[in-house]
Amino acid sequence: MTTHTEERYYVPHGSHWPIVGSAGLLLLMVGVSSWLNGSDAGFYIMMAGVAVIIFMITGWFAAVIGESQAGLYNLQVDHSFRQGMFWFIFSEVMFFAAFFGALFYARNMSVPWLGGSSNNFFTNLLLWQGYESTWPTNGPGDIGGEYTAMPPFGLPLINTVLLLTSSITVTIAHHSLLAGKRAQLAIFLAATFLLGFTFVYMQGVEYVEAYEHMNLKLTSGIYGSTFFMLTGFHGMHVTIGAIMLTIIFFRVLKGHFTREKHFAFEAVAWYWHFVDVVWIGLYVFVYWM
Amino acid sequence: MIRKSFLSLLACCFAGTANADWALNMPRGITDLSVETYNIHMMVFWWCVAIGIVVFGVMIVSLFRHRKSQGVKPATFSHSTTAEVIWTIIPVVILMLIAIPVAETMIKLEDSRDPDLSIVVTAYQWKWHYKYQDEGIDFYSSLARPSLEARRKESGIDPNAVDNYLREVDRPVVVPRDAKVRLLLTSNDVVHSWYVPELAIKKDTIPGIVNEAWFKAKEVGTYRGQCAELCGKDHGYMPIVVEVVEPDAFRAWVDARKEGAARVARNQ
Amino acid sequence: MSTTVADLHDHHDDHGPAKGIGRWLFSTNHKDIGTMYLVFSLVMFFVGGAMAMVIRSELAIPGLQFVHPEFYNSMTTMHALIMIFGGVMPAFVGLANWMIPLMVGAPDMALPRMNNWSFWILPVAFSILLSTLFMPGGAPAGGWTMYPPLVLQTGDAFPYLIFAIHLMGISSIMGAINVIVTIINMRAPEMTLLKMPMFVWTWLITAYLLIAVMPVLAGAVTMLLTDQFFGTSFFLAAGGGDPVMFQHIFWFFGHPEVYIMILPAFGVVSEIIPTFSRKKLFGHDSMVYAAASIAFLSFIVWAHHMFTVGMPLSGQLFFMFATMLIAVPTGVKVFNWVATMWRGAMTFETPMLFSLAFVFLFTIGGFSGLMLAAAPADIQYHDTYFVVAHFHYVLVPGSIFAIMAAVYYWLPKWTGHMYNETLGKAHFWASTIFVNLTFFPMHFLGLAGMPRRIPDYSTQFTDFNTVASIGALGFGLSQLIFVWVIVTAWKGSKATDRVWEGAHGLEWTVPSPAPYHTFETPPKARIAGEAFE
Ligand code: HEA
Ligand code: HEA
Ligand code: CUA
Ligand SMILES: [Cu+2]
Repeated sequence: MTTHTEERYYVPHGSHWPIVGSAGLLLLMVGVSSWLNGSDAGFYIMMAGVAVIIFMITGWFAAVIGESQAGLYNLQVDHSFRQGMFWFIFSEVMFFAAFFGALFYARNMSVPWLGGSSNNFFTNLLLWQGYESTWPTNGPGDIGGEYTAMPPFGLPLINTVLLLTSSITVTIAHHSLLAGKRAQLAIFLAATFLLGFTFVYMQGVEYVEAYEHMNLKLTSGIYGSTFFMLTGFHGMHVTIGAIMLTIIFFRVLKGHFTREKHFAFEAVAWYWHFVDVVWIGLYVFVYWM
Repeated sequence: MIRKSFLSLLACCFAGTANADWALNMPRGITDLSVETYNIHMMVFWWCVAIGIVVFGVMIVSLFRHRKSQGVKPATFSHSTTAEVIWTIIPVVILMLIAIPVAETMIKLEDSRDPDLSIVVTAYQWKWHYKYQDEGIDFYSSLARPSLEARRKESGIDPNAVDNYLREVDRPVVVPRDAKVRLLLTSNDVVHSWYVPELAIKKDTIPGIVNEAWFKAKEVGTYRGQCAELCGKDHGYMPIVVEVVEPDAFRAWVDARKEGAARVARNQ
Repeated sequence: MSTTVADLHDHHDDHGPAKGIGRWLFSTNHKDIGTMYLVFSLVMFFVGGAMAMVIRSELAIPGLQFVHPEFYNSMTTMHALIMIFGGVMPAFVGLANWMIPLMVGAPDMALPRMNNWSFWILPVAFSILLSTLFMPGGAPAGGWTMYPPLVLQTGDAFPYLIFAIHLMGISSIMGAINVIVTIINMRAPEMTLLKMPMFVWTWLITAYLLIAVMPVLAGAVTMLLTDQFFGTSFFLAAGGGDPVMFQHIFWFFGHPEVYIMILPAFGVVSEIIPTFSRKKLFGHDSMVYAAASIAFLSFIVWAHHMFTVGMPLSGQLFFMFATMLIAVPTGVKVFNWVATMWRGAMTFETPMLFSLAFVFLFTIGGFSGLMLAAAPADIQYHDTYFVVAHFHYVLVPGSIFAIMAAVYYWLPKWTGHMYNETLGKAHFWASTIFVNLTFFPMHFLGLAGMPRRIPDYSTQFTDFNTVASIGALGFGLSQLIFVWVIVTAWKGSKATDRVWEGAHGLEWTVPSPAPYHTFETPPKARIAGEAFE
């Protein structure tokens, strides 16, 4: 796996961005926490944190892009970036795994148990008499009141099509890049992030629908919890991915990336595929089955 | 130090000490399953001792004989597939020898069918509530007053002067000897755990869920335990006392309790 | 800033460290960052250790002497979080930073800026965590395991706790990614995977564990946060969730976590024992496979922490068998260390002494682990001091002793001077005696039925508690010798490049102290070849 060139591996010396990032995180975390504890000032501290972090990200990436354009990165550096991105995405997968795990646990364990299955006969008899396990459910306590479950067809199906299409367009864009067709590259990249943003918009419509007409909320028992947490975190990732695609789009317009070296492009494409795969899991297990 | 402690541990195994000062070993308990549990504990322990003697023995020999100061030349071997296969397989075999009886006991532990007596145990921060399902008795049980007073910081009371400091309750659970008692455990707030060593029972009480445990006490007596799952500031102060009595005495106790309850109701 | 394109050209010139505080704040140098990690973890050990002293003082005799129960619970909770996330883990990341590039012949860590960030997130995380001590409602007191619903009763500290955990997770994940990429992508040409030193191997495996489980912990605490503030029902039975679900998710992280704390220790010991036995590590390849098996098995044993929660029988049986299996690969490691010493030519410098104590005492901790794995017996042991005894044996004379062994072993390479061997030995003997005095009696307390996490106890537990408290005080004080040895490490005699007679490996081919930049071009095949012999 080791690739070696005789050139030196580029080691930047000194960077103030990480410490700026840490300061941003401090503001952000302290801000959110005190806001959650009911302090209004917390909100502003949080926003300050967000601003510092955006500043840090922009600056840090600008530095990296500058170094990349200056030709300081050899192939080995490129590999480091790729592997780094790969394992970062893996860690994201595991983050989602926790929530999928919660979903499976609820559906296959806790809900049936509350209904009296396995070694929980008395759980049902003594505490939740009359509760029958079903899915979806907001639990024996009917937390959040009557609600309608989100049907799998309609909006979610359209969203699935959107996201799958965007995965195809980003792949075409990649092939165009490899083939040196820059116009085609730009067009398909644009199509990808437009599809992405449309997805996010539709998701917003779906949420409004759920909250206003279906009484389906984050507070609707375990179904609402898993539904909104999974689709919510996914939606956040789509948003981030679409923003990254947009940035890459402008970099393409500026003539960045060559056939050999286009780590940033590929990283974003990988990320996009990851978001897509998670959606498929979501569609199957949250909406459909 | 280790060796000394080990020796004292060995000594105690033969003595079979119960709950006393400087107690070294697990109590045998007063149910068949507590004795089985104790035997499992000792069996695994002895296997560990045996393996320890071999491993540490070899190592100690090596530490004394294979020193540079003894003028030895280091050998050059650096692997031996045979040796490695052997010391992979032997532990596997030992583990199987351990696992089988252990699994048998576990199956028995889970079998709480056909009880003679069912008690619903509900945990609160920080006391217990017991409800005898068929007898129509229920009561709270919490830390007895003498301990309650002595436990406060700067109370000025010497804990050693209090009988059963922190392990006495106002109203103990009373159960008949030789009856299969099933506990149905749940909680009203956070997770607690109902733990009495002599009965070999430790079962978490979980809000919204009912867990089951059972025991059949063989010996009359008073057995003490306490909450074993962190449940907030007074976690250390929710003891459990189980009194095992002869069946007749149990009947009498039930009747007296019922009568008491009826009197209270009339007076109101 | 140095990253503007204009001044990039003189980059290839040799240069030393930057001047002033900027050297540390902006550092992208693996050695500086390693040093910061190590110093940070030392500080955290003392903070966590001070809390342990509060615990032991309160428990020295029955009755409440010094603290209120709430505060006692905060102390145990914070003690554990600080020791684990602030002490042991950063110490190993520090060692990884210092040593992995030197051991594989890399110019630095693969992603140097991110390396800086993963360090500088830690002080932020721990400032937030420690600040909770001064908040209304006190510091978190629900145990380091943070079980709901109890943890939801935490006061203002609650969101700070959650976000501190998030930050620790982010830091660990970035650190782990850096380790993986460095090892996979930055090795010297001749350094094939199976030639890698054991420390590098165990860290590689540890890093995979880290990126697999830290996000799961982040997910778990996120669910706590939303249950608390946004009305979700993950851990609420009335809503269809289950408090026990948190325990499953937590231990899915928690069990691999304990191997995260021990695998690098195995690596350290596997470096040191061959050096001082003047003999190659026995069964290098099987050590690798054993470590990998341990890592794999660690994912399927988590519910052995939950034998009392009322799992269905089949679940209990599965987790019991899987747990027992871990003894097999761990046994391979122990046997291989013994075989490495067998017919070697041993000397007993401080690092070796700590490693030997590690092998003895970790094994004792492993034995008690095996006893815990037997489910019916665990029902008796669970949440008693027997468990406390078990995990302190694997963590203190386990992980911590390995860290101390590593520090003594590599200190001359870091500073260029030999530390004071007499004091080192004194530190060793004091630590070893007191650590046993502290933790061995806890086995007896647990067997006699003393629950953990209680500030006061029934009088029959007095004697052993007093012994343990005396031991703890002695152990704590012994660590002052350690600090003294480190502080005076720059005064000793000049260290040679190889430092130890029997040492092998690339790190011993560079000068002592190691120059600020090493292996800017991959080491020459000849040197490398020799070092890998
Ligand atoms: C470094 C950390 C570390 C390590 C390495 C281990 C290693 C092991 N642990 Fe431990 N454990 C903890 C840290 C660790 N543990 C912590 C922190 C807790 C408590 C958490 C909390 O509740 O707060 C805990 C709790 C804990 C429990 C739950 C107890 C309870 O709460 O009821 C159990 C139960 O099975 C367990 C088992 C084991 C086993 C089987 C091993 C095995 O890996 C050990 C294997 C090693 C050996 C067995 C010795 C060497 C082997 C040989 C010489 C070969 C031959 C041997 C045989 C065939 C027997 N551990
Ligand atoms: C790595 C982890 C770790 C370490 C090192 C320790 C170290 C110690 N622990 Fe702790 N402990 C835990 C992890 C750890 N513990 C956990 C997970 C729990 C469970 C918490 C819970 O229930 O939620 C616990 C709980 C716990 C309890 C039970 C509390 C209760 O249940 O009520 C007790 C009681 O005696 C205790 C005591 C001690 C003592 C006396 C030490 C002493 O060893 C400490 C003495 C140390 C010092 C004074 C600092 C010196 C250290 C160094 C100098 C190392 C230097 C290294 C370098 C960086 C180079 N600990
Ligand atoms: Cu109730 Cu602990
Ligand atoms: Cu475990």
